[in-house]
Formats: sequence, C-alpha cells, structure tokens
Amino acid sequence: MKKPPVLARAAERGLSPFSGRRAAHLLPQARLGGPMPWVIAIMVAITVLAAGGGLALDNLADRARGELAGSATVQIVEADPQLRARQAEAAATILVQDPEVAGLSIVPQEAVEQLLEPWLGTDDLEDAVPIPALIDLRLRDGADEATLQRLRSLLADRAPAARIDAQAQWLAPVLSALSALGWMAVGLIALLAFTGAAAVWLAARNALGTNRDTIEIVHLLGGSDDQIARVFQRSILTDALAGGVLGLLIGMAAVWLMGAQFSALDSGLVSGGGLENTDWLVLALVPVGAVVLAVYTARFTVLASLRKML
Amino acid sequence: MSVPEDEIVQFDNVGLRYGTDREVLSNVSFTLYPGRFYFLTGASGAGKTTLLKLLYLAQRPSRGAIRMFGTDVITLPRERLPAYRRRMGVVFQDFRLVDHLSAFDNIALPLRVSGVREADLLGPVTDMLEWVGLAHRAGARPATLSGGEQQRVAIARAVIGRPDMLVADEPTGNVDPEMALKLIRLFEALNRLGTTVVVATHDVHLLRKVPDSLIMRLDKGRLSDPTGALRYPPRRVGAGE
Repeated sequence: MKKPPVLARAAERGLSPFSGRRAAHLLPQARLGGPMPWVIAIMVAITVLAAGGGLALDNLADRARGELAGSATVQIVEADPQLRARQAEAAATILVQDPEVAGLSIVPQEAVEQLLEPWLGTDDLEDAVPIPALIDLRLRDGADEATLQRLRSLLADRAPAARIDAQAQWLAPVLSALSALGWMAVGLIALLAFTGAAAVWLAARNALGTNRDTIEIVHLLGGSDDQIARVFQRSILTDALAGGVLGLLIGMAAVWLMGAQFSALDSGLVSGGGLENTDWLVLALVPVGAVVLAVYTARFTVLASLRKML
Repeated sequence: MSVPEDEIVQFDNVGLRYGTDREVLSNVSFTLYPGRFYFLTGASGAGKTTLLKLLYLAQRPSRGAIRMFGTDVITLPRERLPAYRRRMGVVFQDFRLVDHLSAFDNIALPLRVSGVREADLLGPVTDMLEWVGLAHRAGARPATLSGGEQQRVAIARAVIGRPDMLVADEPTGNVDPEMALKLIRLFEALNRLGTTVVVATHDVHLLRKVPDSLIMRLDKGRLSDPTGALRYPPRRVGAGE
C-alpha cells in the first residue's frame, strides 16, 4: 500500500456553504418529491382562483360605489296626480338652485311605468296603484346623510310628499355581501397558505426521518445545520417552482375562463368585476409567495428537527 | 485552568449515564497528546464505543469536563461544534458509509462539507482511492463493496481532510488478520504525518503491532492507564515521573 497522499490541509476548516448539485446529490431522498409538486400546484391554482375572485369582487364593489357615490333619488309619494306633478316641479325648482346639486332630471312617468310593467302588468297603472314621481339627483360631494337631511328640510314646505334617498342605500346589502365574499377569499387564501405550509412541514419531517442516518454522518463529518437545511431548501425549491408554475397556469386559465363567462352575461353589475393589469400581476406573484413560504417552512422545519440532535 | 497547546484532548472526571441507569462511564480522566498512537482496549460492553462517541462529539457526558483543542466542548454552543468535528476523522465500527454515494463521493464528503471546490477535490480523492487500493472501485456503491473494501473507504473518508485526530472504532473487527495488519500500517503511516490516532479494539494481538503506542484500558466503564502516559492532571509525555 502506498503512502498516504499529502493533502496540504486540503479541507478548509472554516464553515463554508455546502451547495450546488453535489449538495443536492447528498440526500437524494431528501427530495420532498413525490406528490409535493402536485400538492403545491393545486394549492397555487386554488389560491390564484380565490385571489382572482376576490380581486374581481373588489373591483366590482369599487365601481358600484363610485357610480352611486353622488347619486340620490327623490320620490314624490302623493296619490293625487296633479298635486304630485306640482310637488315634483317645485322640488326640481328648489333643488336645481342648491349649490350641492350638480344636476337633476325628472324621470318621465312613462319610463317609471315601463320599469314597473313586469310586476304590475300593462293595464293603466295609475288606476291600479299610485305611482310616485321620481327625480334623479346628482350631488357634487356625495350623498351623505347630512346633505340629504338638509335637502329634505328645503323641500318640506313646498313638496311635503318628497322623500330623498341615496342610491347607494339600495345597493348597501349587495355591497356588504360583496365585501363579505372578498373577506372570504382572503380567509381562503390564508387557509391555503397554512395547509400548504403544513404539507411542506410533513414532507420535510418525513424526508428528515428517511435520511436520518445520512444526516447524522454529515453532522459527524462537520456538516452544520445550515448546510443540511440548504440541501432540503434546494429540494423544496425545485418542487415548489415546478408546482408553482403549473398551478399558476391552471389558475390563470381558470380565472380567464370565468371572466370570459361573466363578460358574456353582459350584465351591468357583473361586467364591472373584470381584472385590471395590476390584478393579473398580483396573481402572477402567487407562486412566488408559495415558493418563499415552502422554502422557509422547509428550512425552519429542518432546523428545528436538527436542533434536537447534537 | 490553562491547557498546554499541545494537549489535544483532556477528560476530567467524566461520567455518562443514560436516564436513571447506572453510569456506563465513570470518573474517566485522561489526556491525549498530538502525534501519538493510542489504543483503547477492553472487553465488549466495557464502554469503548461510548467513550469514542464523547471523543468525536456525538454525545455529551452527564458530568465532568472535556476540553478538545484547548476548548471546553461541553459548554460549547452546538453551532460551533462542526468546526471541531472537522478537525477529527472518524472510522465507525459499522463504517456508516452513505449508501447512495459512490466510493469516490463517500471519500469526498468531508471535503465537500468543508467547502472544497469540486476542481480541488478530484486530485486528493483520487490519490486517496489509490492509497487504499480502491482506484478501480471509485464508482462503486458501498453495497457492492466487500467488508474490507468498505472499511478502507471509511478510513479514506476519515483521513482525507488530514484531521488532527483520527478516531477508529474496532477498525479491524470485520476484516481478516492480513487486512487488519494493513489497516494498522495505514494508521501508522498517517500517525507519522502528525495525526493523533485513537483506535478502539478488543484484539490484544493488535497492540503489539504498534510498538510505540499507548494503551487505555476500559473495564466496566472505568479507565485504567497501564502505560502511565495518560494520567490526569496533564503532564507532558516522557517528562518523567
């Protein structure tokens, strides 16, 4: 047997990163692999869908609020048609002079009857029920309650049958429901993030258990916790990237298809819920968040487990 | 207590017990000096492997003090232990080769852990494979190697980083007498390069093969010092008594 080679202290003694393909090769079974890319893909796809839905609902609510913010309706609820017409004229005359009022229009009686036709039929509606006169009001600084109250008191003398309501009030329950759905989407995303982190935690612990012998050997050869954690991080990074990209494609396609379906409905309310360019950018960031979450979950799981070893 | 720089290991009244059982090591005190060759002997179950585990920092004692390379390693934060482990090479009784790595990769492992670049480790690992006579088996996985070949890979892995101290647990336990002698000669060669060697064995015939070696004997967890060279408090070997 030859004499041992002189390595001239080939091994640097300082702590240095153990990285690259060789490091990944160290623990082939540390590859969290198996179903993990698919689990992450599903999580990302559902998250993209939830986020897309949440953003669309938020846009819808914002647009509805914007459109209704300065609008109010004046109703003249008076059974006598002549008196009703006089009060409507008087109310319009008073309101148009008010500096808060940006504009108004008296809704023609025919238009009101047309609106009610589906419910009350085509007979002479005026004979069936008294139809109120309606005035559409656009206010400069929004239809807040103080302004409406002031306008009501202005009309009290010459149009005592007038009632003024902010149009947003009619849609308040709808907007409230949209807001609740938006928060539900946020909650769903948080739950998905938690579930994804839990899946990575379980997979990392399983991989640690499978590779315990090798990890012990690396420890005894002078490998640090950080070096071992990096091997697992690298493994989950590969899985999370693959799953993230796949999930993003599936999620984006689903969101786009849903958007196209709703656009085809051609409903004024629903068509307001489209996604802006920035929204698509936010959706594109979902897999980035998933990768970061997965990598750090794996890192902390591995480090916490290694701390129990000497 | 100041520690002379050339004392590589100091055990002071070290004891180890698992749970509430009786101590498996009791009142163990000794010093090891650089460049010396030590045998740790004793019957099976005497505590040799346990003592070696304390030496290569795989375990902490229940009591006592251990200083290595001038540092108290008992109170050392665990994140600083790797730097000390890198100063040691260990040949485990069961080899503990990484199954899915080739002989080359197993031997290269300590260098990779130490951050040696791939380009820089090819030469040393190839030299080491030649040195242990396994150049032709560089790509073989441990499962395809014989016991003796696995043993040599384990030894090559232990010495590739030129450790300050080599700890070998029954390195000749699984090989024939001829191979055992070859391994001991290999350890001697390494020892001549300045590495402190500690070999645990229950084979008393092996002790005669290294004339200048010092012997620690463990009996039921207690250490005796037949050569008188290990006594504690520390004194220089050969300083006279």
